[in-house]
Amino acid sequence: MGHYLTRRLAGLVPLLLVISLASFLLVRMAPGGPFDKERAPASPEIRRAIEAKYHLDEPRWRQYLRYLGVLPEPDGRGGWRLCDGGVLKGDLGPSFKYRNHTVNDVLAQGLPVSMTLGGLAFLFALGTGIPLGLYTAARRGEWADHLGGFVAILAFCIPGLVVGPVLVMLFAVELHWLPAALWESPAHAILPTIALGLYFAGRISRLMREGMTEVMREGFMTTAKAKGLGERSVLLRHGLRLAILPVVSYCGPLLADLLTGSFVVESIFRIPGIGVFLVNAALSNDYPMLVGLTLVYACLLVVLNLLVDVVYSLLDPRVKFA
Amino acid sequence: MTLTPNQRAWRRFRRNRPALLGAAFLLCLATLVLVWPWVTPYGFAQTSEARFEPPGLHHWFGTDVHGRDLLSRVIFGARVSLLVGFVGAGVAVLIGVTWGAVAGYVGGLLDHLAMRVVDVLYSLPSIIFVIVLLTTLERTVRVFLSGTLHLPAAAVGQARLLFLFAGLGAISWLNMARIVRGQVLSLRSRTFVDASHALGAGPVRILLRHLLPNIYGIVIVYATLTIPAIILYESFLSYLGLGIQPPMASWGSLIADGAAQLNPIRVYWWLILFPAAMLVTTLLALNFVGDGLRDAFDPRGREE
Repeated sequence: MGHYLTRRLAGLVPLLLVISLASFLLVRMAPGGPFDKERAPASPEIRRAIEAKYHLDEPRWRQYLRYLGVLPEPDGRGGWRLCDGGVLKGDLGPSFKYRNHTVNDVLAQGLPVSMTLGGLAFLFALGTGIPLGLYTAARRGEWADHLGGFVAILAFCIPGLVVGPVLVMLFAVELHWLPAALWESPAHAILPTIALGLYFAGRISRLMREGMTEVMREGFMTTAKAKGLGERSVLLRHGLRLAILPVVSYCGPLLADLLTGSFVVESIFRIPGIGVFLVNAALSNDYPMLVGLTLVYACLLVVLNLLVDVVYSLLDPRVKFA
Repeated sequence: MTLTPNQRAWRRFRRNRPALLGAAFLLCLATLVLVWPWVTPYGFAQTSEARFEPPGLHHWFGTDVHGRDLLSRVIFGARVSLLVGFVGAGVAVLIGVTWGAVAGYVGGLLDHLAMRVVDVLYSLPSIIFVIVLLTTLERTVRVFLSGTLHLPAAAVGQARLLFLFAGLGAISWLNMARIVRGQVLSLRSRTFVDASHALGAGPVRILLRHLLPNIYGIVIVYATLTIPAIILYESFLSYLGLGIQPPMASWGSLIADGAAQLNPIRVYWWLILFPAAMLVTTLLALNFVGDGLRDAFDPRGREE
């Protein structure tokens, strides 16, 4: 297990390097620099000075090495030393749009909010999707199953950008029960969590139902029933561990969609998460912000995917760490 | 009577009421989108004095902040959303089938590499990549179109649509590649492939004539399920203001416009509810059709 983890983690290093290079080059391929919309008309001297300050006048490969923080520079005493900062030292650089902030500042401010929202929605999706899936599997073929199945399909056909505004209209504007926007008290989190999590709850309930239906055909379930165990005990104690596997393997793409799906929900509810920074960075060509956020999210995702794989193999006794 | 697999699939599909309903809805919507410009008195971008008019006889879906007829805008949005969904899914099928079929047929190191690439892309935050792709490549092409080719501004605006097709297709082909590879892998070792190889058929001919016709069922099924996913992505991007640009509209941007008008004093519910209802109904219909096709083409399916 320890060996397996080390190997997987070691495999992440080249992967993340490739991602950083790809996103770095992609972002810089675009014509038009981040300072094009500055208080025009800036004189060519000022422009050159700004570009020199952020090293935008250097060749691309030097910029990339500098971004990573491994570009050797003369140290003024005839020797060489590595340049300051750099991703490898945990410094994602300055933001070009938010002049007084570094990308690290923005992440420190926004990431906890986005992650909290994502985590809450994840719990909401599991907490409603799994029981609904189990219930419909147990009532297979009855009207409760059809109704539950329809609710599940409906849930994943109603994206957050529909649920969000409708919930706001209903519970905030009409009924005044819950706040319409912002991120201040636990009550502020309720509507965004539902808006983000509903889609995934639908998906999970379907997967849970399919998984449980498969498992119910297995011999050991019949054995458990033959031993005289109650239906609830058979389902939960014997079936759940295997039946939940499709849900667990869906958790990888689910987490990816949750993290990025939260951008829309953040924008609906004016939540100060990462989303607004990403959109603004894309619109204003804020190189370091775009590359930095892509990298951080890629890191998050590959680590979460690794976690999902580990959980999967812990649950399924048939999987061996190879 | 023995039925061919296709006849059996069609027979099963016809018995699936939700799937049939979904297909009927999509057909009606597509027809409506096509004939609408000749039927309606209002253009989708035509402004008027009647701002925020609730749904009524003149404007069935009401009007928006610029006095534009919402029904016309919703139907124009349908055109954009459906176009992006279908063309994007087409792009995804093209890439996914080629990638998966070549990897599965050639096998060995190439297969290994191709599938590692899929694994890597699978674990990436795809929507962020689309955002980066859209904003950077679009700017490149905009400069190229207006600078080098001297195209008029309107044509350059349409370029965005092309990028939505390409970008959204380019992140949605991974599942397709995996499934096609698996199918090709299992078909490759069958005797009919050996036979045609012995008769002198080259790899391209074997792939196109003997392998792909055997897997088109599953390709159709997954293509149908890719369309709603792409429509959703598009509405996400347009909601964030990164997709379709005004005065064009898609369902995502219409909902965003409606949400922007949400205030405690007056509720313009129609601005949100109508585009949202269209989006949800279309997604439902596509999912029903996709599920219906999956059940219809499922070889394990019961014979009734």
